[in-house]
Amino acid sequence: MGKAVINGIPVEFEPGMTILEVARKVQVRIPTLCKHPDLPPSAGCGICVVKVKGSNKMLRACCTPMEENMQIITHDPDIVQARRTVVELILSNHPNDCLTCGRNQNCELQTMIADFAIREEEFKKIVPNLPVDNTTGTVVLEPPKCIKCGRCVEVCQNMQDVWALSFLDRGVDTRISPAGDIKLGDSPCVRCGQCSAHCPTGAIFENDDTTLVWKALQDSEKYCVVQIAPAVRVAVGEGFGYEPGTNLTGKLYSLLRRLGFKAVFDTNFAADLTIMEEASEFVERFVNKKGPLPLITTCCPAWVDFMEKFDSDMIEHFSSAKSPQEMLSALAKTYYAQKIGVDPQKIFMVSIMPCTAKKYEIHRSKEMFTAGNQNTDVSITTRELIRMIRQAGVDFAELPDEGADSLLGDYTGAGVIFGATGGVMEAALRTAYYFVTKENLPKVEFEAVRGLKGVKETTVTIKGTDIRIAVAHGLGNVQSVINKVRAAKEKGEPLPYHFIEVMACPGGCVGGGGQPYGVTDEVRRARAKGVYADDESKTLRCSHENPYVQKLYQDFLGKPLGEKSHHLLHTKYQPQPEYRK
Amino acid sequence: MVKAFKKYVLLTDTEQGDPERIKKIHDLFLAVLRVIGGDEEIQVVRTSDVGIYGRGVVAQILPDNIFYAGVQEEHVRQIIEEGIFQQKKLEAIAFEPKDKQLRIVLRNCGVIDPERIEDYIAQDGYFAIHKVLTQFTPEQVVNEMKISGLRGRGGGGFPTWMKWNIARGVTADQKYIICNGDEGDPGAYMDRSVLEGDPHSVIEGLMIGGYAMGATKGFLYIRAEYPLAVERVQKAIIQARERGLLGENIFGTGFNFDCEIRLGAGAFVCGEETALIASIEGRRGYPSPRPPYPAIKGLWGKPTVINNVETLANIPVIFLKGGAWFASIGTETAKGTKVFALTGKVKNSSLIEVPMGISLREIVFEVGGGILNNKKIKAIQTGGPSGGVIPEHYFDTPVDYDQLQKLGSIMGSGGMIVMDETDCIVDIAKFYLGFCVDESCGKCAPCRIGGTQLLHILTEISEGRGKIEDVEKLKRISFAMQKASLCGLGQTASNPVASSLKYFYEEYKAHILENRCPSGKCSRLFRYRVVEDKCKRCSLCQRNCPVNVISGDREKGFVIDAAKCVKCGKCFEVCKFGAIAR
Repeated sequence: MGKAVINGIPVEFEPGMTILEVARKVQVRIPTLCKHPDLPPSAGCGICVVKVKGSNKMLRACCTPMEENMQIITHDPDIVQARRTVVELILSNHPNDCLTCGRNQNCELQTMIADFAIREEEFKKIVPNLPVDNTTGTVVLEPPKCIKCGRCVEVCQNMQDVWALSFLDRGVDTRISPAGDIKLGDSPCVRCGQCSAHCPTGAIFENDDTTLVWKALQDSEKYCVVQIAPAVRVAVGEGFGYEPGTNLTGKLYSLLRRLGFKAVFDTNFAADLTIMEEASEFVERFVNKKGPLPLITTCCPAWVDFMEKFDSDMIEHFSSAKSPQEMLSALAKTYYAQKIGVDPQKIFMVSIMPCTAKKYEIHRSKEMFTAGNQNTDVSITTRELIRMIRQAGVDFAELPDEGADSLLGDYTGAGVIFGATGGVMEAALRTAYYFVTKENLPKVEFEAVRGLKGVKETTVTIKGTDIRIAVAHGLGNVQSVINKVRAAKEKGEPLPYHFIEVMACPGGCVGGGGQPYGVTDEVRRARAKGVYADDESKTLRCSHENPYVQKLYQDFLGKPLGEKSHHLLHTKYQPQPEYRK
Repeated sequence: MVKAFKKYVLLTDTEQGDPERIKKIHDLFLAVLRVIGGDEEIQVVRTSDVGIYGRGVVAQILPDNIFYAGVQEEHVRQIIEEGIFQQKKLEAIAFEPKDKQLRIVLRNCGVIDPERIEDYIAQDGYFAIHKVLTQFTPEQVVNEMKISGLRGRGGGGFPTWMKWNIARGVTADQKYIICNGDEGDPGAYMDRSVLEGDPHSVIEGLMIGGYAMGATKGFLYIRAEYPLAVERVQKAIIQARERGLLGENIFGTGFNFDCEIRLGAGAFVCGEETALIASIEGRRGYPSPRPPYPAIKGLWGKPTVINNVETLANIPVIFLKGGAWFASIGTETAKGTKVFALTGKVKNSSLIEVPMGISLREIVFEVGGGILNNKKIKAIQTGGPSGGVIPEHYFDTPVDYDQLQKLGSIMGSGGMIVMDETDCIVDIAKFYLGFCVDESCGKCAPCRIGGTQLLHILTEISEGRGKIEDVEKLKRISFAMQKASLCGLGQTASNPVASSLKYFYEEYKAHILENRCPSGKCSRLFRYRVVEDKCKRCSLCQRNCPVNVISGDREKGFVIDAAKCVKCGKCFEVCKFGAIAR
């Protein structure tokens, strides 16, 4: 422990902590527009300057390690003056579109300007005239609003290892763009949306599809149905003052009915179904040796996109099971439509996801159209749902709890933990154990696959046989796992793993690119905790125990990996170029 | 095959006047030599400058290095017959130039053939590294450097021994030493001259540094706009490798060292250490926060020392002559010499090397030969775009790191631009700021936007739209840039503005309050008008005005409509009677 003094207050610190971090310990928040708790300091804004007592020089608190016996001053007239001028300079380079900006009232720059009480713009407005790029249809770039904090570039290159975004040009012309000044849609972008979740302003934003949803809801010809993903229920409350991790499933069901949906389904049900198919696939490959190992999960569309672009030699290892979103949509327009006697063409399926990449998945390949037309009509993010709730004028916090519509609504504990990293693996193991042994696990929790460590490895023993597994989240952690598999395959050595789960976003879907702003590891943990608590509260905690899943197989699908399943619930993958053009 | 002459006569006219005078004397030399023989052995060259001023025609005899001043036609035969052939010194016209220069860094430039390693070796080249490897421990090398007091010549002035010592103290499987040849100040060409004229001295300096810090690999980061420097350094590396001076087990001492070139793409900011490292690693040339300092965690995460070209060229001499010898030159806090690119309104625009502690006045008036066209001097700009202007009443200040900083400028890498009364201070500040705005990497807000805003305000002032409250804005932005920018470029980019405001506020005021440029430089502030009593009513101005705003006729005279005038200056140019004022 080192000792230092901040504003006259003695403070202890761990070696390596920055001045910014140590200041938090004495209740001082040093303002910054570029430093994000998830990311190393980029030193891009220059607002966090502080002084060392006795010196006129200023240091950047975000990237300067605290030293023994340092005496730091975080606020004095000089410091405030320098900060204020920098904020004014940034404002002079930013459009005044606040009222019509998607980040209005939720923008770090706007808050900073309010905090500094800047009432007048003294400097000349220099706003670049750069076009909006919505070529991905999921993540929209609006370069004039960019303050060059560098978070998105750091996220895209290092956290996610995608390298779609970079800085181009220099000086005042510096801007974010894919390398080579191409459009985002032609770049390696996998639409994970982490850039948009970290952007302090409205420069990167999810493509807003809420108008499509409102339009469908008002169309009497349409039979609107909806599904909500596991991670949405533990994050949506953040938009209404709830703590991260508060489970609001019941309120969400009643809310969606009030918005006008005729049936409210739960993606968790389809998660149970995914496990039935995926666990069967694993048993086929592992026990019956039909197909290569390791098996790699494919619930995450950004990961699928990434794999098709960068790891397409791994296609044969991919589970062919569709994601829960797509399974549920396919069944809603076939099984459910038959049961209630509605023309499938009239059914309009909206999915509410923690994810921007889901907007891409709904038309990813022809298998997403197997129910006749596009299986999922619109996919919106948690952030979009929050805006819809506000627009609808519903007092969300006061809503009564309701249940989902049966047939495609009831879920087990295994279904809901899909929302956290390691959840798919844990759910699959619970059912795979049953498939192999015909017995239920005495203890269903697999602690080793939970938590925020980038790559989690463990060995599970089923009936004396070891299953080596790996769980990776955050695309930047994936390559090391895949490379191990590749190396073993090349050398003909024993496989390092039999089963691998990958989620593109750190923390899994709870940390998804479409979730409410302000995510940190603390928030991810809290949301995951909410998901696991939901699991624990369930009597049924294994997917194969779900009575509605069993009924679905009896009445409609036949058996896992059967012909009907294959048609409706499975998909194919194609290598994709990293760059189009 | 280059023809070698035994003697050389360099001729120059050190007075401005009759251009025929030097030609006549030159021709006479050639004629006499042809007649009496010797034109095979003696080459006569007309040159631009030999560092002497106001002494008529000067002849310099090489390699004897004898000067004759005030040479007339009648002296020519005598110089050849007695002075050259009989090796007698002609006392009557002999001249001892008082040379304020001292060449340590440039010792071999122009003396040796830089493409021949033998030439360098003949000048005691690679003797220093031999001495170091056979007689010094790395610790002793650092110690000798400490005695010498050499400070970095790239601008920062950080003690070289300290850098080496920090890197030496870090344990690592690989360390690097880099030569920073990314010289980019406008008008500066010190490093270029050394790299082109004496590449081996830089390599030798790099080797000594490598030995001291424990690096076995060196990089020479040279901007691609210096193709000749790149070519010569490449040749020098190959020649040194061929002779075993680079590679494994150098001089049988077990010391391994090799180096290679990395090309810079011409971004000024890549001269900043952390940006330079990013550039070598193949990343965008962005500076990163320090700490960690490169000496601890630099290129590819390994301890790395970055030394400027001029710094490195000093090092072999320090070890040949001793640190104490080096420390005997200069001032208390600045030892040795400094190379400056002396340019601007000075008679002798050239690369100079002077001992630290020399005054600015000596540099301008003795080494530089005074002001061009006998105009009045206004100020001198040191330190390039990161430096500041120093007005004439501070010219007796001795040149060293601290003294220049006290005046609001810096030593910098060695740009030195002399300004006379026709140079406008707002215009100069605008020029340097424009350079920094172009070269800002764009990473951090104070520099990226602050520089652009400063430039905008200066442009407004120079075009007659300035307001007096703009001065406060200039100061406020400059303050934020100095305090909140990440790297040296942003922290110092406003120096030309801040220092010119400090010393020449009256000029700013004239621009803002009177819409007048005292130096007559800011063309947007000109108000063209016809001076009645000088006008001969020839109508030339009216006929040449491209926008037809000159009314009147040859009877009544002419009037320029100031409101419509576009200030192109055509009327001013064409008037033969000086009847257009501005």
